[in-house]
Amino acid sequence: MIYLDANASEPLRPAARAALLAALEITGNPSSIHQPGRWARKRLEEAREKVAQFCAARPADVIFCAGATEANALAVHALGRGRPLLVGATEHDSIRAAAQGAIFVPVNDDGTLDFASLEEMLARTPHALLCLMAANNETGVLHDIGMAGRLCAAHGALLHVDAVQEAGRMPRDWLALGAASVALSGHKMGGPMGAGALVTRPGLEIDPLMRGGGQELGRRGGTQALPAIMGLAAALNDSYEAEQIGQWRDQIEVACAKAGAVVMGGGAPRLPNTSCLALPGVRAETQLIALDMAGFAVSAGSACSSGKVTQSHVLTAMGYDSLAGQAIRVSLPWNMAADSVEKFITAYTRMVDRALRGQARSV
Amino acid sequence: MKVVVAMSGGVDSSVVAGLMAREGHEVIGVTLQLYDHGAATSRKGACCAGQDIHDARRVADKLGIAHYVVDSEVRFRQSVISAFADSYAGGQTPVPCIACNQHLKFGDLLEMARDLGAEALATGHYVRRIEGADGAEMHKAVDATRDQSWFLFATTREQLEFCRFPLGHYASKAEVRALAVEMGLAVAEKPDSQDICFVPSGSYADVVEKYRPDALEDGEIVTEDGRVLGAHQGIARYTIGQAKRLPNAAAHMVVKKIEPGTKRIIVGPRGVQSAKVQLRAVNWLTAPRELRAGVKLRARDEVRPVRIIPQAREEAVLLLDEPALAAPGQAAVFYEGERVLGGGFIV
Repeated sequence: MIYLDANASEPLRPAARAALLAALEITGNPSSIHQPGRWARKRLEEAREKVAQFCAARPADVIFCAGATEANALAVHALGRGRPLLVGATEHDSIRAAAQGAIFVPVNDDGTLDFASLEEMLARTPHALLCLMAANNETGVLHDIGMAGRLCAAHGALLHVDAVQEAGRMPRDWLALGAASVALSGHKMGGPMGAGALVTRPGLEIDPLMRGGGQELGRRGGTQALPAIMGLAAALNDSYEAEQIGQWRDQIEVACAKAGAVVMGGGAPRLPNTSCLALPGVRAETQLIALDMAGFAVSAGSACSSGKVTQSHVLTAMGYDSLAGQAIRVSLPWNMAADSVEKFITAYTRMVDRALRGQARSV
Repeated sequence: MKVVVAMSGGVDSSVVAGLMAREGHEVIGVTLQLYDHGAATSRKGACCAGQDIHDARRVADKLGIAHYVVDSEVRFRQSVISAFADSYAGGQTPVPCIACNQHLKFGDLLEMARDLGAEALATGHYVRRIEGADGAEMHKAVDATRDQSWFLFATTREQLEFCRFPLGHYASKAEVRALAVEMGLAVAEKPDSQDICFVPSGSYADVVEKYRPDALEDGEIVTEDGRVLGAHQGIARYTIGQAKRLPNAAAHMVVKKIEPGTKRIIVGPRGVQSAKVQLRAVNWLTAPRELRAGVKLRARDEVRPVRIIPQAREEAVLLLDEPALAAPGQAAVFYEGERVLGGGFIV
């Protein structure tokens, strides 16, 4: 099986694996006052410092939680209080579900934000909270966080950045660009599942979603998942070959386009590893199943917990109605093997051939 | 060979997946998500529920086969639910399971199976596919109490060639459940599905009201000579031959006709039935020809002797030996002994 679904979950990085295994040997609760507790605490704070450094933030402004869904929900809950909510039209469900009653900011055909509309909306609804992803999970299209930060500052609005897909793949200083808070997910960076973080600018008051024992300076109750958090922090040590991965992605896109695919958001600045390929007339599910059977793990839309593939709201927001149900996402992992490129191209071309035969049959 | 199995999460289709895997085929389980169950209900007993998808996945895990959930909500809403409501609004009595088999299972899913390079589509229907001199034939299930051939008449000959129905050869459901136990499937004791899967409350009028509120507007109940006997709360609540929901003045009468335009229910004395029945959308599972055969006019009706006369544009006329009640929208399915020769929808 060749794994090309890194945006769903990156394979565990070696440093993260080593840290995770070491962490499993640790006995003690970071909140305990005895020596084992203090040792656990020390490990937790080292991880916090590393994440703070990664985001150019203060350690005190790093709040560990269960993952990005929780980090996004916490940001909307704490920063959105008393503020109108503005949400990018291609945001992840974790934001869309948390930001009830939000106004959607439209995107252009290439998936980038429609800043003219954003400016009007910010002018009409001052002191809003804008939730914007750094990079889209389905298309890899990047949003101009600096521009969003400047516009928010000019209108007294706060900016929350969901940096889940960009973190670890492209260096960007979200807080310096104007974000009030940033959401991170461990397993999207090659750490284990089960840990994430909300990182804020200094001095923001964060009312918790869960109070519990007052952990994380009262901003997130519940014993910290130390092994997952140590794995998350360790994953930040490993380098990412963005240029090489980008070249492979481009090779795949050129070959797939020749076979009949349309690259969604292809003209916009994008993550190096992500490709959203629509095949006109062929259901995304059929493509996904055919590739799975051929030994390639890709995805379509965003799979809900039932496993059902839903039509992508991201592509619909970009103005693709019929193609929205005919696109798959190929996202290359950090440990992509060079020969996987040719293998995938061969499998994709074969799948297209068979699908076109099917179309010919039904005529 | 590579086989797609339509898995509902119930015991029947689970056993089919197990049988196919046991025979050494490469099995791909597919569950069609027909509607959003979070929004609907977690009612036990009906097919296609969220719990059923979960069950199907667990069965696939147990059998070690691939399994996929395919979103068919839009298609199901259009081809089955909305068509169901339209049919009632047109004064007819639809059979949504036939539409679902026709458009989703043996339409879209079968096409997907072909696109995936599969050589067959297997389902848990109780019916037999028997290789005959002129290709695949459809026969009633061995277990007559389970036979579903009436619901499958619209399967085309080309589709039938591609299909496999292993359960039609078993003598009883008990045997199928025993197989499920033997295979270690957690669904072995799951209750049979009942009724219409997308009618959670059991009241189909609620569904019709959502899609075609006009079919539930009040109207008059009148005799054939125009005498008003009472009022009704929607033509969708009536079917031809029905004696329920009629006013006392119409005691001993039945519904003779439903007029969607005037919203009138026409009633008349029982027993006045027709020997001539017009059919549309006729599907032949043999070469179309005028013939004497048996016909079933409802799912649980007896087989009646009939002369069938094919007509142009996929139509046909039935000349029944004994007049009978034929409700528009229901299926008339032709039988020669155990074999299904075809069928059509009553006009």
